Amino acid sequence: MANAVPLPDRSPPLAGRMRSAVLPAFTGLVVAYLTLPILVMILFGFNDIQGRFNFAWQGFTLEHWGNVFTRFPALNQALINSLTVAVVSTIVATTLGTMIGLALTRYEFRGRGALNLLIFLPIATPEIVLGASLLALFVSVAAPLGMPTIIIAHTMFNISFVVVTVRARIAGFDRHLEEAAMDLGADEWTTFRKVTFPLIFPGILAAALLAFALSIDDFVITQFTAGAQTLTFPLWVYGASRIGVPPQVNVMGTIIFLVALVGIVLWVYLQRRDMTARPTTLEE
Amino acid sequence: MPAWLRHHKGVVPYLFLLPGGLWLIAFFVVPLLTTASVALQEGSLASGYRLTFNFGIFPEAVARWDTQLLRSLQYGLIVTVLAMLIGYPMAYTIAFRGGKYKNILLLLVILPFFTSFIIRTISWKFILADQGFVLGTLKDLGIVDTGFRLLATPIAVISGITYNFLPFVVLPLYVALERIDPRLIEAATDLYASRFQAFLRVTLPLSISGVFAASLLSFIPAVGDYLNAELLGSRNETMIGNVIQQLFLVNRDYPEAAALSLILMVGILVSIFFYIRLLRGQELTV
Repeated sequence: MANAVPLPDRSPPLAGRMRSAVLPAFTGLVVAYLTLPILVMILFGFNDIQGRFNFAWQGFTLEHWGNVFTRFPALNQALINSLTVAVVSTIVATTLGTMIGLALTRYEFRGRGALNLLIFLPIATPEIVLGASLLALFVSVAAPLGMPTIIIAHTMFNISFVVVTVRARIAGFDRHLEEAAMDLGADEWTTFRKVTFPLIFPGILAAALLAFALSIDDFVITQFTAGAQTLTFPLWVYGASRIGVPPQVNVMGTIIFLVALVGIVLWVYLQRRDMTARPTTLEE
Repeated sequence: MPAWLRHHKGVVPYLFLLPGGLWLIAFFVVPLLTTASVALQEGSLASGYRLTFNFGIFPEAVARWDTQLLRSLQYGLIVTVLAMLIGYPMAYTIAFRGGKYKNILLLLVILPFFTSFIIRTISWKFILADQGFVLGTLKDLGIVDTGFRLLATPIAVISGITYNFLPFVVLPLYVALERIDPRLIEAATDLYASRFQAFLRVTLPLSISGVFAASLLSFIPAVGDYLNAELLGSRNETMIGNVIQQLFLVNRDYPEAAALSLILMVGILVSIFFYIRLLRGQELTV
């Protein structure tokens, strides 16, 4: 509430300064709260544990970093499964969701309200209901549970998120650019390929990144649709947590964390460069 | 574009919608209908199920699991209020006082998403463990009683859920607050509103869309959550999600599990409906 309104400030300077420090201090505490579990995860990947439990600090070691990909072959398989599901469901959901986003923003058609509801409801439904319903369907048609059912489920919940993300991007885009291309003799396919697609591409990429992140982290829906034989990375960790999570999981979590962090920093950097570069290309 | 399509331009949007729309119908709508039909069946895994339109299952399930249903609602509300109390001042600070640190602060807010949900929750188990480095140290120093525990208490479960969904609260609040012109708040204080009045009558009403999105984004996943209760709680913190998961995946009592899923979903949709009406009324009175 103390956002730099100097004129009517009638409080004595010291009290004012203390009051203006409250919000930043509070924010700092929340940031600490948000990062504490991540620091714990990273730290305990270096813990030289004796026995099975990785709860108390027992000394520093790099051992778990050395054998992270050799100690538990099943964990590697789980990670490969997670990546496979994430890649396939991201590609399918991004394609289908972008098509819906295009139709919603550029065509008039009947049933728009029903379609909006169909897209909103999966986002407003708790994950456990989505997972349980899919299991009910798969059980009643006697479909074998495994990778295909996980991919079907992940694609389903990703479509809605892709539509919402892509639609926001298409909504702010100038249709005259397409008309200009057509006036200059481009057919519809060429216009799409050379004008529409490059313009909405950042939205599609953001949607794909979101879909990938949601898929690779999903636990609830995956637990319901995976069956007993197939494990993803979160499911393997969950299984291990009953007997004690090995520090290799912390190491793998740290690696995933660093890859994601480097990825997002790179993405922000590229976007910023793109934004500053654009005016000059227009001037040329 | 083939010639026949040129003559039937009205078909084009439906061709774009068809694959994704069918996917959502086949794997969202049909499963919900299947769930409804499973709930109304009677029988067992061994003898097979028959559709008997057993509507009595709904009141039965509510009566049997009323404690867990109420507890989930209660935890969901507490988590939403807590996340709002923590998230609003933070979003406010980033939006109005963030300055050049805005992007870094936002990155710190979404940082937990870079590790997986399950690892974050297990990390909390490390932190709160009876002999973990927080309680263990405090106990060694004699600051807290040796019998004191956080794990397996409602505090652990509620703080775990709050932690996991806090970024979902901060982001929409930030988006809503960022759009507010600070000069409006300045104008209010120039006209002799106290800072608190200016906040209550200008800032808060202008950010109400963010409050709405943020509270739904924390309430819905919080009510349906079961992982925090399972990893951080005990039998006394069991939520409705734990019951559904147990009935579906362990006991394989499909009709009752299906009935509870539907009760949870309808309960949430009804809450959203009343919440929208409540907020609409709020906007009119302010």
